[in-house]
Amino acid sequence: MTNANTTSQSARLTVTNLSTSFPTEDGLIRSVADVSFAIQPGKTTALVGESGSGKSVTSLTLMRLLPKTANAQVSGSACFVTREGKTRDLLQIGEPEMRSLRGNQLSMIFQEPMTSLNPVFTIGEQIAESVRLHKGLDRKAALAHALRMLELVEIPAAAQRIHEYPHQLSGGMRQRVMIALAMACDPTLLIADEPTTALDVTIQAQILGLMRRLQAETGMSILFITHNLGVVAHHADDVVVLYSGRVVEQAPVRPLFAQPEHPYTQGLLACLPGKARAPGQPKPKRLFAIRGQVSSPLAPPPGCAFEPRCDQALASCKDAMPPLIDIRQDRQARCVRVQPDAQLARVA
Amino acid sequence: MTAVSVSSSPSSPPLIEVRGLKKYFGSSERPVRAVDDVSFAIHPGETLGLVGESGSGKSTIGRTVLRLVERTEGQVLYRGDDIGGLSGERMRKLRSKLQIIFQDPYASLNPKMRISAILGEALSTHGLHKGAAARDKRIAELLETVGLRPEHASRFPHEFSGGQRQRIGVARALAVEPEFIVADEPLSALDVSIQSQVINLLADLRERLGLTMLFISHDLDVVEYLCDRVVVLYLGKVMEVATTEELFANPSHPYTRALLAASPKPDPEVATERIALQGDIPSPISPPSGCVFRTRCPHAIEACAQTVPPLEEISPAHYSACIRKELLSNTAVARP
Repeated sequence: MTNANTTSQSARLTVTNLSTSFPTEDGLIRSVADVSFAIQPGKTTALVGESGSGKSVTSLTLMRLLPKTANAQVSGSACFVTREGKTRDLLQIGEPEMRSLRGNQLSMIFQEPMTSLNPVFTIGEQIAESVRLHKGLDRKAALAHALRMLELVEIPAAAQRIHEYPHQLSGGMRQRVMIALAMACDPTLLIADEPTTALDVTIQAQILGLMRRLQAETGMSILFITHNLGVVAHHADDVVVLYSGRVVEQAPVRPLFAQPEHPYTQGLLACLPGKARAPGQPKPKRLFAIRGQVSSPLAPPPGCAFEPRCDQALASCKDAMPPLIDIRQDRQARCVRVQPDAQLARVA
Repeated sequence: MTAVSVSSSPSSPPLIEVRGLKKYFGSSERPVRAVDDVSFAIHPGETLGLVGESGSGKSTIGRTVLRLVERTEGQVLYRGDDIGGLSGERMRKLRSKLQIIFQDPYASLNPKMRISAILGEALSTHGLHKGAAARDKRIAELLETVGLRPEHASRFPHEFSGGQRQRIGVARALAVEPEFIVADEPLSALDVSIQSQVINLLADLRERLGLTMLFISHDLDVVEYLCDRVVVLYLGKVMEVATTEELFANPSHPYTRALLAASPKPDPEVATERIALQGDIPSPISPPSGCVFRTRCPHAIEACAQTVPPLEEISPAHYSACIRKELLSNTAVARP
């Protein structure tokens, strides 16, 4: 935690001990438990994990977009530094203030570009709506701004496309429109929830290149939610690995891929077919596989959540959830086998 | 008929051969050309990868080969005989040799049937393992083959996770002891850690049962790991065919190169070269004239619009459909 505190001065967003639980008929489901991370200005933090790991719930909690009917129980804090330099806790501020920030200083792009655009409005109107609301532009000025945004995201024949409806566009084009919409008010934090998962690889490369360019031009921070480790390797600065709603490992991207500390991260990287073969070597007969499957959120194991699938588990792993241990200044892992850095421990 | 002999080992006769396959959907004036003159052969024991983006015709080829949809033109030969002309009765018999594993394990298992019924239906249709005792024994054996337990037979699909469901899909395909399996994106609905379990299962079964496979995927890493040979498709046409080794080491066609460059390797130290493809895949209703890839190709010249490039052998067992021969041999092409 020392880590989070020292960097919180400069971080765009500092999430501390975020938990989101949903009451269900069968009991309380802790989708996100005690998650802490920070996103630096102009940097990309990737939130990585498999289905059910709590990636999307984290992003929806931060944007306060969880449906009311879900009765989510949220705790923790998410301190966002606004453009004006004020620090606001996204989980505490009132709904009117949240509405003034959402779509303005923080915006989000979703996985499914078809279902996240309104089918009965032209794409120009949808982009214009956001600048009319947040910047107070009139209809004409807002449409002109929408056109500039469409040009910014490299939509060909933007002047004509602006009057088209979402169904007239391809998947890649729709995702560009989503990005134009999210970028319309020049946000300082963009939450991208699996923005390229529904797209083909050549289109994915276009969209990732576009996001990278926009980040370099505007200096915005990106929270990139994905399960694709190839994308993480090339587009993230820092990585947070989630398993069963908890952070199991957190590190800058290069050290994480070079030397994963948590057995889950190790397994996740080892089981990729693209990593299986060293250059010039014949491919191995079998891929590494993490055995079993994620435990039900209704019946989590008593100790470490990964213990039932872990090849390196000790008897003590069954007793209690291990704490997130500082390995080095900028690295943490939640595993009893991980040795905390001696120097760092002394300082603390 | 350009690529009738597209195969790695001409010595052994192919198990499955596809010749000039076409599948058009919709009206005859403006058809959707989903598959447009595709030829390839699969030899016994071989796993052929079919890669391409959405709309390239991968799944349509898989289904047309098994006659789950009827082709518009061309031939599909099983052990040298065209299966297109077979009567319903004979085709049904042949189906025990030719099976498919579907993409979505949530949609491809009947939610109202127990696993025993799902697997048992395949057996009774083909009159295999008759009698309750023999049938139950075979079902238990199948479940064990795919890494599940015999007691799972009495459960319903909703009681299983995605990875387990895909194992059931594999068991159903194996139930009738097929020679040939079409695996249509069997991994894409699964999480990474579960993917590798299913990849290992497929590789094990292939070796143990001597299966021949047509493996359809958009994931190049998986294809590189699992396949012996690869066919690269774009807009219903074959762009390149080569052994997996050769294709990944010396990709020749500009589309294959772009596809490889676009899929990021899971290692931040490996810098992938960037070949930005502009725009989207054109509509298969009105594909571009000449080479279908020319509208997005960074190397396209005027001549590309004139003629459909034939699939030509550029090195032994390596075929590519591109008229810019100077690009094909030279891997160090100057990029814009």
